[in-house]
Amino acid sequence: MGTEPAGPRGGPSPHLAVVGAGPAGLAAALAAAERGVRVTVVDSAEAPGGQFYRQPAAALGARRPQALHHQWRTWRRLRDGVERHLPAGNITLLPEHHVWCVERRPDAPREQRPCPPRERRPSDTPGGFTVHALLGPAQEEAVEVRADAVVLATGGYEKVLPFPGWTLPGVVTAGGAQAMLKGGLVVSGRTAVVAGTGPLLLPVATGLAAAGVRVAALVESADPKALVRHAGPLVGRADKLAEGAGYAVTLLRRRVRTLVRHTVVEAHGTDRLEAVTVAALDAEGRVRPGSERRFACDTLAVGHGMVPHTDLAESLGCRVDADGMSVAVDDEQRTDVPGVWAAGEATGIGGAALSLAEGHVAGRSAAARLRGREPDPREWAAAAASRTRLREFFAALDTVYVPPAHWAEQVTDGTVVCRCEEVTAGAVREAVGELGAGDVRTVKLLTRAGMGWCQGRMCGPAVAGLAGCAETVARRPFARPVPLGVLARAGETGEPGGAPVVSEEPGGPPVE
Amino acid sequence: MVGAACALYAARAGLDVTVVDRGPVAGGTTGAGEGNLLVSDKEPGPELELALLSNRLWTELASEPGLGTAFEYDPKGGLVVASAPEGLAALEKFAAGQRTAGVVAETVTAGQLHYLEPKLAPGLAGGVYYPQDAQVMPTLAAAHLLRASAARLLTGRTVTGVSRSPDGAVRGVRTDRGEIDAPAVVNAAGTWGGEVAALAGVHLPVLPRRGFVLVTEPLPPLVRHKVYAADYVADVASDSAALQTSPVVEGTAAGPVLIGASRERVGFDRSFSLPVVRALAAGATRLFPFLEGVRAMRTYVGFRPYLPDHLPAIGPDPRVPGLFHACGHEGAGIGLATGTGQLIAQVLGGRAPELDLTPFRPDRFAVHEEAAG
Repeated sequence: MGTEPAGPRGGPSPHLAVVGAGPAGLAAALAAAERGVRVTVVDSAEAPGGQFYRQPAAALGARRPQALHHQWRTWRRLRDGVERHLPAGNITLLPEHHVWCVERRPDAPREQRPCPPRERRPSDTPGGFTVHALLGPAQEEAVEVRADAVVLATGGYEKVLPFPGWTLPGVVTAGGAQAMLKGGLVVSGRTAVVAGTGPLLLPVATGLAAAGVRVAALVESADPKALVRHAGPLVGRADKLAEGAGYAVTLLRRRVRTLVRHTVVEAHGTDRLEAVTVAALDAEGRVRPGSERRFACDTLAVGHGMVPHTDLAESLGCRVDADGMSVAVDDEQRTDVPGVWAAGEATGIGGAALSLAEGHVAGRSAAARLRGREPDPREWAAAAASRTRLREFFAALDTVYVPPAHWAEQVTDGTVVCRCEEVTAGAVREAVGELGAGDVRTVKLLTRAGMGWCQGRMCGPAVAGLAGCAETVARRPFARPVPLGVLARAGETGEPGGAPVVSEEPGGPPVE
Repeated sequence: MVGAACALYAARAGLDVTVVDRGPVAGGTTGAGEGNLLVSDKEPGPELELALLSNRLWTELASEPGLGTAFEYDPKGGLVVASAPEGLAALEKFAAGQRTAGVVAETVTAGQLHYLEPKLAPGLAGGVYYPQDAQVMPTLAAAHLLRASAARLLTGRTVTGVSRSPDGAVRGVRTDRGEIDAPAVVNAAGTWGGEVAALAGVHLPVLPRRGFVLVTEPLPPLVRHKVYAADYVADVASDSAALQTSPVVEGTAAGPVLIGASRERVGFDRSFSLPVVRALAAGATRLFPFLEGVRAMRTYVGFRPYLPDHLPAIGPDPRVPGLFHACGHEGAGIGLATGTGQLIAQVLGGRAPELDLTPFRPDRFAVHEEAAG
C-alpha cells in the first residue's frame, strides 16, 4: 500500500483504534491496515510488544534480546509489518498513552450536523468512539483518539494469592521477575525460589537460571502429570509441548529442583526475604503436616496465573463472562457492543500464539465491516483453526493449573491481603463471619479491601477466596486513576483547554 | 440501613426480630451512598422534623461504646455556598425558615468562608454553616447497627410472598428458603419497596432516581466539611426526570474525597455514564480548584428510592393489618434511618409515635398517581 488508503467511496478511510500493542493488538492493527483501514494503536508501554514481546530499553544495548524470547521470528515479522505502515500513516503508534476510558459517543442528532451532512460511515456505530488516554509517565496530560471502531487488546494481569510473609521485599510476582529479565535485563537476586502454579513458572525459572541466578526450587502446586489425563485436545499441539519440553531440559541441565504438588506456606525475613517454607499438598489440596522444609533465598517469584483485563470493555457495556472473567466475543472477535472487537488475553488467557490468531481475525473482521463489507470467515480459516486448537489446549491447562483448593487455610489472620489499604485476612473474615457480608462488594465496603490504588486488581481473587464467595466481574469505569481536571474536560476536544485530539480525518480535528 | 435501624430499635423495645435480605448487608442503595446525616438541605416540614429527630438519635448511638468509631461517625458540619449575591439571598431566606424549625444555621460572609474551608475557590458570595450536619460510613453503620441489635440475620434469602391469615392480617413472609412466621412485617426494601408492597397486595409507587458518586485518591484532610452549592437544594426537591448535577464535596475519615451529586430518572440502568461523572468533576473543581490535579479512583452508581411527593412511607399500612412500611427515603435514607427505626419500633409496640406519621402514610398514593410519577 504506500499511499493514503481511500475509503469505500473515495472519502477518507475509516479509522480503527486498537488499545494495546501486544501480540493481539499488533496483529489486529496489521491485518486492518493491510485492508485499507487507518489504525491508531494506543499502548501504555514505551515500545510495542506488550508483556510477551517486551523489549529491552534501547539504551541498555542488549546484543541478543532474543536469548530471552521464543517465537522471536514471529515477533520480527509482525514488527516489520507494522513498521512498513508507519511512514504513510496507515498505522500510528501512540506509546506511553495510558487509556483510562473508552467512550461510545452518542450519534449527533441529525439537525445539529454540519451542512452538508457528512456521509454516513459504514460503521455499526454512527457516533464512533473516543479513546481517552493520559500521557505517560506523569499521566497528567490528556489525549483523545476518535475512531469509528475499537479493538480492545488489553491483555491480562497476574494473579497472586497471599500467604504469610508475601509482602516482604524480595517477594516478586512471576511475571514481574520475567518483565525485569526481558525489559531491564536485571538479575533480580542471587538465590531464587519460583512458586505458585501455571505454565509461566517454567520460563521464569529458566530465564532466571539463564541469567545466572541460582534457582533453589521450582514449586508447582498442580501436578502437570495430570495433563496426560487431559491429553485429548493436546494432539497436534506438539510445538507447545515441545516448548515445555525445552524448558524442562533447561531446568534439568541447570539442576533446578522441581517440586510438584507443593506450595509455599510462608516467607521468612525481618527487613527482607531470607527464606521460604515449602510443604507438600495432599490429594485434597491441603498442606501435608510434617512435610515442611525450608529454602534459603533472597528472591521469591510467585504467580497463580493470569486474569483478563476487562475494565474498558465492561464500562463500554460489553458482556463479560463471569465464568472466565473474560470479554465475550463471537467468531469474528466481536463483542456484543456494535463497533467493539476484543482479542487476546482480554477474551481469555491463552498466550501469545492465540493472541496473534485472535488479533488477526479481529483486524480482518473490523476492516471488512468498516469498509461496508460482510466479511468471509474463509479468509481467515487458518487463524480460526489455530485459535480453536489453542483454546482447547489452554482449556486443558486451566483444568490442571489451579491453586490448591484450600490455599486460604494457610493465610493467617494477621496476613495483609489488600496491600493498598493494608487490610488483613482477619478483617475479611470478620466482615463475613460477624458483619453479614456475603459477596466481594460488601467485604470491600466493610473493610476497604480493594478500594486502594490498584482497585482490587491485585487482591480481588484473594479476597473472594478468603471470604468464600464467588468472584464477580469488577466494575472499574476508570481503567486507571484520572485527574479530576482531565475528567472535567473529557471530550472537549478542539476547545481551549481541551485535550489534543488524534483525528480520524487526515489534516485536522474532526468536524462534529 | 433503614431496615438495620428498624431492627435495632425494635429489638431494644423488646421485640424478637428477624432481618431478611435477598442480598448481603447494605447490598442496595446503602452501599452506594455517601452516608449523609443532613438537616441543611431540608425545608421546614415533616422531613426536617424527622431529620432533626434522626440526627439526635445518631448522636446518641455514636456515643455508645465502640459504635461511633465503628461506623466512622463524623459530626463535621455542612457548608452551603452561593457563588452570586442573588443565590446568597435565596440561601439566607431558606436558612431563616430552617432556624424557626430548630435548625442551627450560621451565616458565613465571603471573607469568613476561607476560615472554614481554606481550599475553597475565591470569589464566592458567601454561605451558611450547618453544624448539625454529620456523616457516617453507611455500610459499616448498617452492619454495626445490625450486630448491636442481635437480630437474627438471614442474608441471601429472597422474600417471595407475604403470608396472610383468612382475616387478611399478616402472618409472616414466604422466602425462597422456607417461611418465616411473624405477626408484623416491616417493608424496608428501599428502592425495591414497591415490589415488597405488591407481594402484600398493596400499591406503593417507589421509583429509582440514579446517582453517581466520584471517589478520589486518599488525601490528607483538605476538605473539612460537607460543602455544596446552594442549587443542590433545588435539585433535591426537583421533579424533573432530566439529569441534574450540583457539586457536593466532602472528605472522609479514610481519606478519599467523595463528589456528588447527580440525579436522573433512568430506571435501574447501571451503565457507566461519562457525561454525568464529567459534570460532577467539573462542579467539584469549580468549588475546590485544587481538585484539578487530584485523581478520581473510581465511581459508583446507586438508586435513590423516591415517592412522588419526595417523602418516605413510614408506619402501619391500614390496608393490611400487621404490615408496616419504612422505605422511600430518596437520597436521605442513611440520615433518616434512626428516626424511622425509632418511630417504627414505637408503633410496633403499640405506643404513640413521637412524630405525627400522617404525612408519611403509606396509603396516601392513589393508584393513578403511579403514571404521573
